[in-house]
Amino acid sequence: MEKEMKTEEPRLMKGNEALAEAAIRANIDAYFGYPITPQSEIIEYLMREVPNRKDKKTIVLQAESEVASINMVYGAAGAGARVMTSSSSPGISLMQEGISYIASAQLPCLIVNVVRGGPGLGTIQPSQGDYFQATKGGGHGDYHLIVLAPSSVQEMADFVFDAFRLAEKYRNPAMILADGALGQMMEKVILPPDGGLPKTPKPWATTGKTKDRGHNIITSLFIQPEEMEKVNLQLQKKYEEMQSEVRWEEFQTDDAEILLVAFGLSARICQKVVDLGREKGIKIGLLRPITLYPFPYKRIAELSEKVEFILDVEMNAGQMVEDVRLAVEGKVPVYFKGRMGGMISTPEEILQEVEAIHEKQNVLHD
Amino acid sequence: MNEKLLLDDGTELEQVYCRPDTLTDVPYHYCPGCGHSVVHNVLMEVVDELDIQDKTIGVAPVGCSVFAYHYMNIDMQEAAHGRASAVATGIKRVLPDKLVFSYQGDGDLAAIGTAETIHTVNRGENILIVFINNGIYGMTGGQMAPTTLPGMVTSTSPYGRDVHMAGYPLKITDLVAQLPGAYYVTRQSVHNPNAVRKLKKAVTKAFEYQMQNKGTCFIEVVSNCPSGWKMTPVETIKYLEDVMFQYYPLGDLKVPKE
Ligand SMILES: Cc1ncc(C[n+]2csc(CCOP(=O)(O)OP(=O)(O)O)c2C)c(N)n1
Ligand code: SF4
Ligand SMILES: [Mg+2]
Repeated sequence: MEKEMKTEEPRLMKGNEALAEAAIRANIDAYFGYPITPQSEIIEYLMREVPNRKDKKTIVLQAESEVASINMVYGAAGAGARVMTSSSSPGISLMQEGISYIASAQLPCLIVNVVRGGPGLGTIQPSQGDYFQATKGGGHGDYHLIVLAPSSVQEMADFVFDAFRLAEKYRNPAMILADGALGQMMEKVILPPDGGLPKTPKPWATTGKTKDRGHNIITSLFIQPEEMEKVNLQLQKKYEEMQSEVRWEEFQTDDAEILLVAFGLSARICQKVVDLGREKGIKIGLLRPITLYPFPYKRIAELSEKVEFILDVEMNAGQMVEDVRLAVEGKVPVYFKGRMGGMISTPEEILQEVEAIHEKQNVLHD
Repeated sequence: MNEKLLLDDGTELEQVYCRPDTLTDVPYHYCPGCGHSVVHNVLMEVVDELDIQDKTIGVAPVGCSVFAYHYMNIDMQEAAHGRASAVATGIKRVLPDKLVFSYQGDGDLAAIGTAETIHTVNRGENILIVFINNGIYGMTGGQMAPTTLPGMVTSTSPYGRDVHMAGYPLKITDLVAQLPGAYYVTRQSVHNPNAVRKLKKAVTKAFEYQMQNKGTCFIEVVSNCPSGWKMTPVETIKYLEDVMFQYYPLGDLKVPKE
């Protein structure tokens, strides 16, 4: 269905700008944000473009901080608006209290994290170091975001629509977890159709109490433990239902003897590794999780039955690899290859790692 | 209102005052003599009188009044500690035709939320900020607030606030009044019936200004906290008059030029 709708000519765009344009086309009611590299193009694009779109009533506001941004998102989402913010790692850390409130109050919204290398102020270079923060909650309490991980400029745009669709379906905050390279690089993109995402009714929103209904309350406060437990059980049930939204992509896994698992930009690099390996006669396949929450545990478990070993590749110290190991339950060895601090493994480096492990495995089996 | 009531003996009574429809039947949880409940009453009476129940959206952040939404029969959002004016900004920006107010304590507005307070007013957000200054952290058990007076004993200033260690009480309302985004800034109280009537006038004006898109209206209410101050309600009123109002004088700080 998505394919049919893409009737436009491809355009050459930066990932951040494609995402911002998609947000305009998703008819967001509001964007609140605070500048930080490598994603400031998002707010800059919106500030530049929105005034030229006479048919758009989008509010674009530069807040005084990420703390303020996320709380403006809370207020607007609670008032029934389609609303988003974007930032990069340190800014997303500042938002965590607000995100936890949003998850508890069950407000749909989109948070974009164009990840940079950390910890601390770190570097503005691309990283995948915020995987744990994004997929395991990030703030306090038991909650999850819906997390989508694009690996191209095309997906930077498309996932804005997907994220809002899921967020509104489940009344849950959604996150696009990209990285500095995806935000900055230019690629061809076919933009999603303008206005192609219908608005959903939000009868729970604080839009002013009319005579025909009781007052609507947006809150994350449930002071009685009995009540708080009930809310938690309901959240957990929702997360269970969200598992059906799991998405992933596979390359040459049919006959693969070695499986690579990688998301986002790392998956792009690993596609090259698959090709290079196969040229040398090594049967490598790749699984790329598209949703990081929910995570494709089941499919990874299935594939692990047919391969000699798994190599998980990330731009961090090894975060998603913990989920891969959970999926595999020790059935085959799971190795990790990663670089940190804004450094990226080359396809050749990764292939060398594959070959080295392959050799070691064969020695073990002899 | 104005319903006739017929007693058994044939006497006809006319109802001239009752609980506004904008207040729910839930009894207040506030300590006896606490100013919070009086300010709630005033706010909801004004909403009732201006007939804006269907237009008004309130924001109650963490503090003793976080449960304000149990009592105020209007759409409301709870907010994280200090973030009420950011949340109110979010609501007002997407629903510009509604009337939005935040209801914040001194810890909330003048400590953890100072940045949001200053910037919300500086943008001239078209909302009403109600600031309950009771000089203490009521909800968490009576710790020192940014507004606690020098020498005042709290659980985190057990020998009295030492300004050399803890700084001076923050007159944030004076600060806010300097900002061009502020349209109407006033300091009121609820320590006697006359003060309550004055506050009601101020709230009414603030909502009317908001309807005219004038910018931020900011009403400080110098209030009490019998539990935190370890005083009887009557003693708190004397303390307000003798001590608090000396440091926080009542009256308008910024009035529109009309
Ligand atoms: C981030 C965060 N820090 C601390 C607290 C604990 N806390 C709750 S209310 C409060 C102070 C409330 O004082 P004030 O805003 O003056 O309201 P009052 O209760 O006096 O009306 C504090 C410190 C919290 N809920 N969240
Ligand atoms: S603790 Fe103080 S502010 Fe809180 S309800 Fe009691 S008297 Fe009022
Ligand atoms: Mg207080």
